[in-house]
Amino acid sequence: MRIALFVTCLADTLFPETGRATVRLLERLGHQVEFPAAQTCCGQMHVNTGYLRDALPLVRHYVEVFEDCEAIVVPSGSCTGSIRHQHAMVARRYGDEALARRAEAVAGRTYELSELLVDVLGVEDVGAYYPHRVTYHPTCHSLRLLRAGDRPLRLLRHVAGIDLVELPDADTCCGFGGTFAVKNADTSTAMLADKMRSVLDTQAEVCTAGDSSCLMHIGGGLSRLRAGTRTVHLAEILASQPQTSQPGPPEPHPPGPHTAGQAGAR
Amino acid sequence: MSAPTFLGLPTAPRGVGHLRGDEPFPVAARRALADTQLRRNLGKATRTIRAKRAAVVGELPDWEELRDAGQAIKAGAMAHLDRYLEQLEEQVTARGGVVHWARDANDANRIVVGLVRATGATEAVKVKSIVTDEIGLNDALAAAGITAHETDLAELIVQLGHDRPSHILVPAIHRNRAEIRDIFLREMGDVDPGLTDSPAALAEAARLHLRRQFLSAKVGISGANFAIAETGTLCVVESEGNGRMCLTLPDTLITVMGIEKILPSWDDLGVFMQLLPRSSTGERMNPYTSMWTGVTPGDGPQQFHLVLLDNGRTAALADRTGRQALHCIRCSACLNVCPVYERVGGHAYGSVYPGPIGAVLSPMLTGVEDNASLPYASSLCGACYDACPVKIDIPSLLVHLRARHVDEVAETRRVPSPEAVTMAAASWVMASPARYEAAQRGGRAGRLLGRGGRIRRLPPPLSAWTSARDAPAPPAQTFRQWWRTEHGDTGHGDTGHGHGEHGETR
Repeated sequence: MRIALFVTCLADTLFPETGRATVRLLERLGHQVEFPAAQTCCGQMHVNTGYLRDALPLVRHYVEVFEDCEAIVVPSGSCTGSIRHQHAMVARRYGDEALARRAEAVAGRTYELSELLVDVLGVEDVGAYYPHRVTYHPTCHSLRLLRAGDRPLRLLRHVAGIDLVELPDADTCCGFGGTFAVKNADTSTAMLADKMRSVLDTQAEVCTAGDSSCLMHIGGGLSRLRAGTRTVHLAEILASQPQTSQPGPPEPHPPGPHTAGQAGAR
Repeated sequence: MSAPTFLGLPTAPRGVGHLRGDEPFPVAARRALADTQLRRNLGKATRTIRAKRAAVVGELPDWEELRDAGQAIKAGAMAHLDRYLEQLEEQVTARGGVVHWARDANDANRIVVGLVRATGATEAVKVKSIVTDEIGLNDALAAAGITAHETDLAELIVQLGHDRPSHILVPAIHRNRAEIRDIFLREMGDVDPGLTDSPAALAEAARLHLRRQFLSAKVGISGANFAIAETGTLCVVESEGNGRMCLTLPDTLITVMGIEKILPSWDDLGVFMQLLPRSSTGERMNPYTSMWTGVTPGDGPQQFHLVLLDNGRTAALADRTGRQALHCIRCSACLNVCPVYERVGGHAYGSVYPGPIGAVLSPMLTGVEDNASLPYASSLCGACYDACPVKIDIPSLLVHLRARHVDEVAETRRVPSPEAVTMAAASWVMASPARYEAAQRGGRAGRLLGRGGRIRRLPPPLSAWTSARDAPAPPAQTFRQWWRTEHGDTGHGDTGHGHGEHGETR
């Protein structure tokens, strides 16, 4: 299958290994990945901060870049959620019904990574190997906007060598919420503290999720505390192979190219 | 459809009632977060109620259908609110009640004070009611020399503690039993000085204190959970039976009701009696449901007054997107599942309506400018939407109100706010691949700030992030640079069509 990657502006700019891992994984499964170079940002931050008018050009841009693609994969639950639940709404708010319909059509072919793998490609065992103790944070938008359910966990349970441990209070928000983490930093920090306590209670070395933004938040807190637990995107675990998977370093290092095992460290 | 038109309908007036806080949410929240006893009390209480609710909701196979029905009934009632209100007035009047129309809090307070004065009473007993707190009725009565006695146990704790309610259902949720014992000993003149903090002892102390008031009161004041338009029936749902005392013993009953509480028909009540107790207290059925229709000679209050309150509700109704906030049945399920509410409590919201629904409802009633920080008091995690028994899409409403706020600020400011400038600039950059990539190159200067891949301190406003979290330093290579290295540079342009024949595939 030809699959277009919408890597998201965050992963493109700050967490490129997430994108690289998505490409490696899908190619290993025998699919063609393309990267429409004109892509930028889905506009979620603008919408969720109330700047819907400023989001409109970004909605239009996403639609124009991706509307000829047969399937689009996004390694982010919240960006997929924004594309699926907000793009048409933004277009309609400013009276562009034609754009709203096009946005709905593109959104219908836009999938979060675990949705693409399980629902579209029909695979749960992706042949990954990841010999680490891992806990999974479901992220609010994957859970409640996309209803991704246990798809990510089904994928993780098939990973060879993994020691998957359940996260207590998993469905509670980590406190990121985009600009919420800045506008309401104290409340966000209190939520983060409880999430980190849950993560650390599992004694996992890795906390994973399907969204770089939530991982940036949880990972930023864990890193500040020198907690000894790192965050790794789901795509990187699913892309891992025996030859690339090594024990990660306890402290974050900037991810470089072709260092799959380590690159998850934030 | 274009942006909702603001019709300029009157909002809840300033200077009366409790819909506005004294300080923005982040400031109030910061103080609340430092109260470790509050954090403990709230965490324990909300966790308990969440588990109870989940259990009783889970045993209903048709819960989702009930939610759909509740939503549909409320939407229908709001769509024809004018008709149903007149029908209600007709029915209540025909059955011996008197209906009063109150444009706002000042109107309603004036009406109720006048009605109590007309009885000659200087005291009144009150059923737990949020709407009378919304309009500041107790303050208005006190100014007129009338003492209002709260009879709901939690409301009594709040009143005796000279405190404010912090939860829709459990107004004293921020207190534990040791604190309640202290309040009773300090404020309840007739209490046994050997009072312990066992729940049974505290309840008995309140029972003895309240019994005297029930038996002597000439006027009862209540809110309403539901009003049935076709019969003129009012309904109060409660747990303690103290409400029923107030609704049946006094000679005069005054009910203040927000106009959105209306249900078209008697049949509709069946849906809500399944939704409300399960969502609020986590019970299959609440212990006391009182219903009354007008006046029954020789039985119960012989004078019944119904005050229909607007106080910003018509303005909320005029917002086609926002109006679904009026569907709220005040169950408080959204508060109990909200990670923000659980940590900061109700007082930080500054309004009698706290939590996720309060963050929507309060700005809708007052106008967004008077509660501008509330729509941002959410991480948009969506737990409230899942819990809402009438499926109010609270996260979408929060975003809608943020947009209303942003648009209003843009209209009134001569110079755009720094945030607006940043957002406009980001939009301009992100709408063009070339500008976006140039910005990425600029951002890589951020590598200079980082050590070992992380940044420990960023300039304001991002310093709020690095106060408790490291930030990632930009990597040596963005994803698109890597892709280009691996797949060759096929260029990009501002045409917005990087795909298709010009797209890269491998």
